[in-house]
Amino acid sequence: MQSQPETLGLWGIAVALAGGAMRGSIPYMFVSLGECLTEKSGKINLGMEVILLMGAVTAFGVSDVTGSPWLGVLAAALVGMTLGALHAWLTQQPSVNDVAAGIAMIIFGSGLAFFFGKRFVAPMAPQLPLIDLGSWSSAGAIRSALRISPLFFIGIALAFALHWIFTRTSWGLKVRAAGDDPQAARALGINVNRVRFIAITIGGALAAIGGAHLTLYFPGIWSEGISGGQGLMAVALVIFAQWSPRRCLAAALLFGGAQALGPSLQSLGVNGYYHLFNASPYLLTLGVMIATCTPHRRLAGMPGALGRK
Amino acid sequence: MTRLTRREFAAGIAAAGVGRAAPSPPPALTVGFIYNGPKNDLGYNQSHAEGRQALRVLPWVKAVEEASVPETVAAGESMRDMIFQDGASVVFATSFGHYDPFTIDMARENPGVQFFHCGGLYDERKHPKNIGIYFGFIDEVEYLSGMLAGLATRTNRLGFVAAKPIPQVLRNINSFTLGARSVNPHATTKVVFTGDWVLPVREAEASSSLADQGIDVLTGHTGSPRVIVQMAERRGLFGCGYQFNQSSMAPHGFLTGAEWAWGTVYLKIAEMIHQGKSVTNGTIPRRLAGTLKDEFCKLSPFGPSVTPASRARVAAAKASILNGSLEIYRGPLRDNEGKIAIPAGKVLKIEDTELDRMDWLVEGVDGRAKG
Repeated sequence: MQSQPETLGLWGIAVALAGGAMRGSIPYMFVSLGECLTEKSGKINLGMEVILLMGAVTAFGVSDVTGSPWLGVLAAALVGMTLGALHAWLTQQPSVNDVAAGIAMIIFGSGLAFFFGKRFVAPMAPQLPLIDLGSWSSAGAIRSALRISPLFFIGIALAFALHWIFTRTSWGLKVRAAGDDPQAARALGINVNRVRFIAITIGGALAAIGGAHLTLYFPGIWSEGISGGQGLMAVALVIFAQWSPRRCLAAALLFGGAQALGPSLQSLGVNGYYHLFNASPYLLTLGVMIATCTPHRRLAGMPGALGRK
Repeated sequence: MTRLTRREFAAGIAAAGVGRAAPSPPPALTVGFIYNGPKNDLGYNQSHAEGRQALRVLPWVKAVEEASVPETVAAGESMRDMIFQDGASVVFATSFGHYDPFTIDMARENPGVQFFHCGGLYDERKHPKNIGIYFGFIDEVEYLSGMLAGLATRTNRLGFVAAKPIPQVLRNINSFTLGARSVNPHATTKVVFTGDWVLPVREAEASSSLADQGIDVLTGHTGSPRVIVQMAERRGLFGCGYQFNQSSMAPHGFLTGAEWAWGTVYLKIAEMIHQGKSVTNGTIPRRLAGTLKDEFCKLSPFGPSVTPASRARVAAAKASILNGSLEIYRGPLRDNEGKIAIPAGKVLKIEDTELDRMDWLVEGVDGRAKG
């Protein structure tokens, strides 16, 4: 409907990957940062998949009812906190296994999300405002790739903030101590259970904000299939990133870009092997897992007491 | 004395004429519907749920439904519940994967119940007689929708986001493209396959990369192409829907779309059963298939940017399809590798089974039918 848009040819792949990285990375970024915080404290939360889903459904519903997408994000964070707190409480009961509790949360939470999601008949909720950095360009592809969600910048800032907290603050030290050696931490007078509870709760809030991105920007609808395993992928991504928030950021960008590879190659006329290209984020995960894991040594950066009481 | 449940007690009272006469007779026919996904997907499942709504005009029908029934043993359980708890004597299973073996097994277990399945592959020798198959041919509506796309495009490039290269999807890509090229011979269609029916993030990513390539009309064939239509709107392009009316996703750029009208089928079958007919004894046809003419499918209402001249051209083509003078699969047609797909002089009717084995993409489509 505008004037004839310029096409970018092969540069289109680079633009598509960069654009895809900035759009598609956001859920991975928030979930992996949340999971990074959780695991640094020594706990595993597989329920991130469903916190992402509940965040998505809550943000959509609240944005639709109140007309304010930012209230939607806030409400999603609160729901994420509640689910995180529930997981924290569950996994601190004697002889409750983190992984089993996480799987139970996935089943419970997806039922809950679908139950609330049924009520939404509105096709779209008010979307988050975007930051337009591409108005200098005449190419539609570049303009569109550079319309960036504010959550993208918040996510980057969070990754660096989290790194600073882990390395420079006493609470960060307590989180790491709780995750590496809870016995020693207790001996130092740290209330390990409380530190972990707070870490898991905040982690849940972060993951749910990632869900808000799904319904309030990209793709911008509510659908039961909206999370599509991204929450679980992000948990794997934390291992990939060796429990470093800044590496989580890089890994999330890589995954977001990889997600755009299959569709953009096809739209450029590379018609074969699309199943292979579409699978590239998963192949990437497998490849890095194989490269970084050996049975002989502990993973670099892995919290010493991960998954233990 | 044996214990009586409240329901048995009430029934006994009623039978003895003690209770008051009911104000209206109870519905004579209970039918059950199962859908694979949510009823509000603005896509395939919602098209069936809306078809069920059409039965409300018949006071003697009670229609129960269950959404998000997976294509597993859960489908069988869901049908069993409808039969034994709700007293359903007719079950509509709407998703392709509900058929084999779940609908077949249930039909064998419950010979007194009639089962109708959307699009299943019925085998006379193996499958029980109380199963009927219904489906629709939507190619002609895709053709009309493609015409509007061909008239609207400025770049002559159309985009089609498709789930899988199965015959039904290829038919839609081809008929959409044939429609577009009937009014604009320079128009081409670029296809991107996502790999599955419901992948909202990948569909959005695919639509976005098509837009980056200068495509200015987007459509698709997925469980619900609402993401595709919405992405077209966001990028300032035109969008054509599929499965259900998606005009709400694109208030400016929506052109039209091909949507199902299952209400026609459900009303027809309910009326036949009410008259005492049954698929088991052959008084209801085993296969009930329909086209645009039979109102099994329809064109979505036109969007605001469709000009009166375009409307007139589509209306004229629709009239020609209805009176039989326009056949969309008329040879000679070449596929996009240059081979003859339908030779000159040959016309394939829309119901022709040869079309159900389609494995080619027509000239003008940029894409590959085999993954």
